[in-house]
Amino acid sequence: MTQAPETTRRRRPPEPARIPQRGNNKAGYWLYLIPGFVLLAVVILYPVIRNFRLSFYHWRGGRAEEHFAGFDNWIALIHDEEFIRSFTNIVLVIVAMVIVPTLAGLIIAAVLFDVVGRRFGARLASFLRATFYLPQILPIAVAGVMFAWILKPNSQGVLNQFLSTVSGSTVEINWLGGQYSTAMGSVMLLMIWIQLGYPVVIFMAALQRVDPQLYEAAELDGATWYQRFRAITLPMIQPEVFVVALTTTIAALKVFAPVFILTAGGPAKSTYVPSYYAYIQFIKGVDKGFAAAIASAVTIVVILVAIVFIRVQTRMERKEES
Amino acid sequence: MTTASPASGMQGTRHADPLTRNKRRPRTAVEWVLLVLASLAALAVVFPMVLLLLNAFKSPADYANSNPMDLPKAIDFTGLQDFWSRYNFPRALWNSVFISGMVAVIAVVISVLNSFAIGIGRVRGRTWIVLLFLMANLVPQEMLFDPLFKLYDKVGLLSTPWAVILTFVVIQSAFGTYLLASLLGTFPKEILEAAAVDGAHRRRILRSVVVPIIRPTLSVLMVFFFIWTWNEFLLPLAFLNTQESLTVPLVLEQLNGERQTDTTTLIAGTLISIIPTIIFFLIFQRTLTRGITAGAVK
Repeated sequence: MTQAPETTRRRRPPEPARIPQRGNNKAGYWLYLIPGFVLLAVVILYPVIRNFRLSFYHWRGGRAEEHFAGFDNWIALIHDEEFIRSFTNIVLVIVAMVIVPTLAGLIIAAVLFDVVGRRFGARLASFLRATFYLPQILPIAVAGVMFAWILKPNSQGVLNQFLSTVSGSTVEINWLGGQYSTAMGSVMLLMIWIQLGYPVVIFMAALQRVDPQLYEAAELDGATWYQRFRAITLPMIQPEVFVVALTTTIAALKVFAPVFILTAGGPAKSTYVPSYYAYIQFIKGVDKGFAAAIASAVTIVVILVAIVFIRVQTRMERKEES
Repeated sequence: MTTASPASGMQGTRHADPLTRNKRRPRTAVEWVLLVLASLAALAVVFPMVLLLLNAFKSPADYANSNPMDLPKAIDFTGLQDFWSRYNFPRALWNSVFISGMVAVIAVVISVLNSFAIGIGRVRGRTWIVLLFLMANLVPQEMLFDPLFKLYDKVGLLSTPWAVILTFVVIQSAFGTYLLASLLGTFPKEILEAAAVDGAHRRRILRSVVVPIIRPTLSVLMVFFFIWTWNEFLLPLAFLNTQESLTVPLVLEQLNGERQTDTTTLIAGTLISIIPTIIFFLIFQRTLTRGITAGAVK
């Protein structure tokens, strides 16, 4: 990754790479887009348009007739308690999937790169990095089942047994089904466990881009580790921090499996997230139009977040260039 | 994005000179403490999997009478056998391999075709086309599942691997198109010109010039498409409804949902479901770490 961005940008030919053609048949390139476009139209555009349209109808599903509803579903959505709760839960999901992993990832990456990698050997550093990354490639469903086993409610649960041994008295906490705080806490813990490795790997790669001589110079000037971290490391890897924040925020808005597996939205629908709510409404709800409105709302939020992030990024880049 | 070339990998860890000088300085106590803390954190991450390993080989009676932190009294395969045969794990494993493998190959082909037109063909409105493709990656899956369910039902694809393959070819190739389009946008013009002068046709250039040069990136993409598809949950859950069609995560979820499931079966099942991923991880570790960083930064 060393200094690749600058060199590639500079090497970019003044004219775009293009195959010179006898005659002007640039249109021929469109042929290559046909399979991609057809698939995209069927698998993505058709469902999106259909659900968006459906959000303005009442529909019981199956052979029932659709009744035009105007903004009924959307207005109902704003007043819907579960919908609002599912979006407030997203704030906690963002804490667990974006904020904690990014901050912890910064610290871990800095320690692994700066201390372990430089003073104890690169091999050990990459071994530890791989360990942190491992949960990222496990199927979330499998990780969820594993956590569900550890958090079993009765005295069979691993965590309960452990606490019983430590405290000397029988502990039977219903972590996932008892109350909102432990249920949501468990879901968040699973998310942190899964997400942590992603920023660690990205940030460590970014750190390799930083010129070691910069650190040396700072060290000679008597800068502490923290001062170096603030003055050199953070500004240098800021683009990566940005990318990690963007991708994980979008993943957080779409989160489904951890909630489905661990709590199934419970206890008493308190751990609903928008994806799970939409899914349940599509399957069990009486009005698919309302379900479509939930799904459309999530889609709009995700796209808005992506646009805002990309806007901010281009603005920052322009500032850098000028 | 322009840094996608995976050739510039993680080798950077080895730049030697300034570091060797550093190493000669004795390690301080603070550095040892940081090493211990980092190792403890890593241990905490793998700890749940260690717990699985400790308990997967206990007999049901042994499990009931012992602490989860204890070693098994004797190695027992009841749980493993139960899961393996009753839930037809080999079938689920094959389904997962087939679906993920097909998606990996087809999605890479589609990504190459798209990005050839966008990056080298420079078709008009290419920024918008890339954004349109990226939609596939942004749209939450609950927006897709109901209309697609009906569509696949109508054409008879429901509960066949192709329902999932078709869907994820589109979702994964969206990312592939985005990554490759910017990579091909900086493709050296001289090479293309030389090939054209030699009389190569456009299709020929794609196959014999472009693809061989970007092959390392393509293999990274393939590994990632495979693993992303392997881990998918919501849409396979919606589209695969017969016992024979289930993938590994779905079988495990089914097992977890059944109340009377024996705990040792569940633990053993979780462990076996993790093993293919771990093997895959060990084989492709370098590719994976290289790949996540590719395309991370503009």
